Amino acid sequence: MKRIIAKEEACIGCRLCEVYCLVQHSKSKDIIKAYKRENPRPLSRVRVEENRPFSFGVQRRHCEDPPCVIACLSGAMQIDEENGLVMHDAEKCMGCWTCIMVCPYGAIRMDISGKVVAKCDLCPGLDVPACVANCPNEALMYQEVTP
Amino acid sequence: MSKYVIVGGSAGGIGAVEAIREVDPVGTITVISEETFPQYSRPMIADYLSGEAALERMKYRDDHFWEKNRVQTLTGRRAVSLDLDERCVELDGGDKISFEKLLIATGGKPIIPKIEGGDKDGVFTFTDLSNAEGLAAELEKGKRAVVIGGGLIGVSVAEALVKREMKVTIVELKDRILNLILDAATSDIVEKVIREAGVSIVTGRTVQRVLGRRDDDNAVGGVVLANDEEIPCDLVVIAIGVVPRTELIVGTEVKVKRGIIVDRFMRTNVPDVYACGDVAEAYDFVLDGNRLLPLWPVAHLGGRVAGYNMVGKKTEYQGGTVMSALKYFDIPIISAGITTSESDSYEVLIDHRPERKLYKKIVLKNNVIVGMTFVGDIEKAGIIFHFMKNRVNVREFKQGLISENFGLVTLPASLRKKLFMVGN
Repeated sequence: MKRIIAKEEACIGCRLCEVYCLVQHSKSKDIIKAYKRENPRPLSRVRVEENRPFSFGVQRRHCEDPPCVIACLSGAMQIDEENGLVMHDAEKCMGCWTCIMVCPYGAIRMDISGKVVAKCDLCPGLDVPACVANCPNEALMYQEVTP
Repeated sequence: MSKYVIVGGSAGGIGAVEAIREVDPVGTITVISEETFPQYSRPMIADYLSGEAALERMKYRDDHFWEKNRVQTLTGRRAVSLDLDERCVELDGGDKISFEKLLIATGGKPIIPKIEGGDKDGVFTFTDLSNAEGLAAELEKGKRAVVIGGGLIGVSVAEALVKREMKVTIVELKDRILNLILDAATSDIVEKVIREAGVSIVTGRTVQRVLGRRDDDNAVGGVVLANDEEIPCDLVVIAIGVVPRTELIVGTEVKVKRGIIVDRFMRTNVPDVYACGDVAEAYDFVLDGNRLLPLWPVAHLGGRVAGYNMVGKKTEYQGGTVMSALKYFDIPIISAGITTSESDSYEVLIDHRPERKLYKKIVLKNNVIVGMTFVGDIEKAGIIFHFMKNRVNVREFKQGLISENFGLVTLPASLRKKLFMVGN
């Protein structure tokens, strides 16, 4: 199964992954409109953590036995039967934050609305997720991992 | 004869069905459930009452969950007794269902104290959807409700009622609301927003009597507190907690204290009989012992572990602990483990910024995290929870745990790689 891997020795902390993630998850898919016009403003699902000189991008790990799915109170967090990815149904999310409590990576974010969570979906429809495709130093890689 | 019989079709029962079917696609499964609703999320009944969630949104699994998992369901039925010699469960109406493996996931029932007048029309409990529906039918702008109990359920129902423009008073026995799950600083934050939303809070008091209405003594007209203070109201909600529903095992050799005792494989003392959820006393990883933990995620996890073990895939239960993620009036709070610490043997790290409604607290014992509270900025609380659950020694980096830039990146690289496999 393919996953996004972060290489902290290659990350320069430019946060372009956050920018491209936000745009990819916006309505307009346009960088200016996404940042300036969309209300609520879309949220990047990847978060760059920085503690100079180290930095790297953190996004959903799509764990094998995901604590967030087991803990989800509403049934919004489920494993997709077809691709094995952890998918989140924002329509069903009750915004209780239980998944945030049990995520070992701190990789689930509160949506800007403050009512639901937002998570990495590995950019359905794209061959390579937007954060990986637009990382200038290959600090994010999309590759097969063995569980 | 059914290979697997599960009594209870909520969080635990559903978890067990999913685990069993992962391993055994053909063994017969029977689920006995008193409820006739499609499987729904009980923690969402307050959102249902407030009008924020319709029934459709509350469905914990899709409508075809039982069929897809080839489960024979007996809904609207109650298991009344257990015959361990015959290895069967007897239902209301006298039918007997034999089992090879049995899971008791009967949950809890609300504690109803003996209060004079407590049987009047307009007195509710609040643990399942039928309660929420009953209460929803009584809602009317400006009506007055008294909620007995300022715990998780009481505050949830109070929030829902005030959102429906009712006038609400919470009566709490102890000196502060949410005292079992939050420390005083955090419950103060919640109390403030609740009061701002118009809810009255009375602490250190119990309800002595429910009064009738002047024109109809069978209907609720008010309550009298222990200090003889009278609060007029139209509804009373009793929300002082739940106790395990252990009726099924009464008179059997299944060992029970307050709940049914299970080991790290969710087994009771009787072979092939398992228990999980609100009815069980299972492992707590902070306490390092068994306790009641009537919490939805704990029930679901316990059900999964029971299911794996019932089907022969030996799986150890990692345990749960007191853990609450809260969203009262849109203030995010995560609190887990030991939150109040009077003893000197604990070390406490605190970062409190009241002006921004931010609060972080970590409780340590011998450099191992045993408790945590996060208010406002909660996105990285899961990393702390992970340390707590895995009893990681944090001596080298504990001061950073409550800093604003705390994250995977501030951890020692070796630990980060070992625990999280980031950057490999």
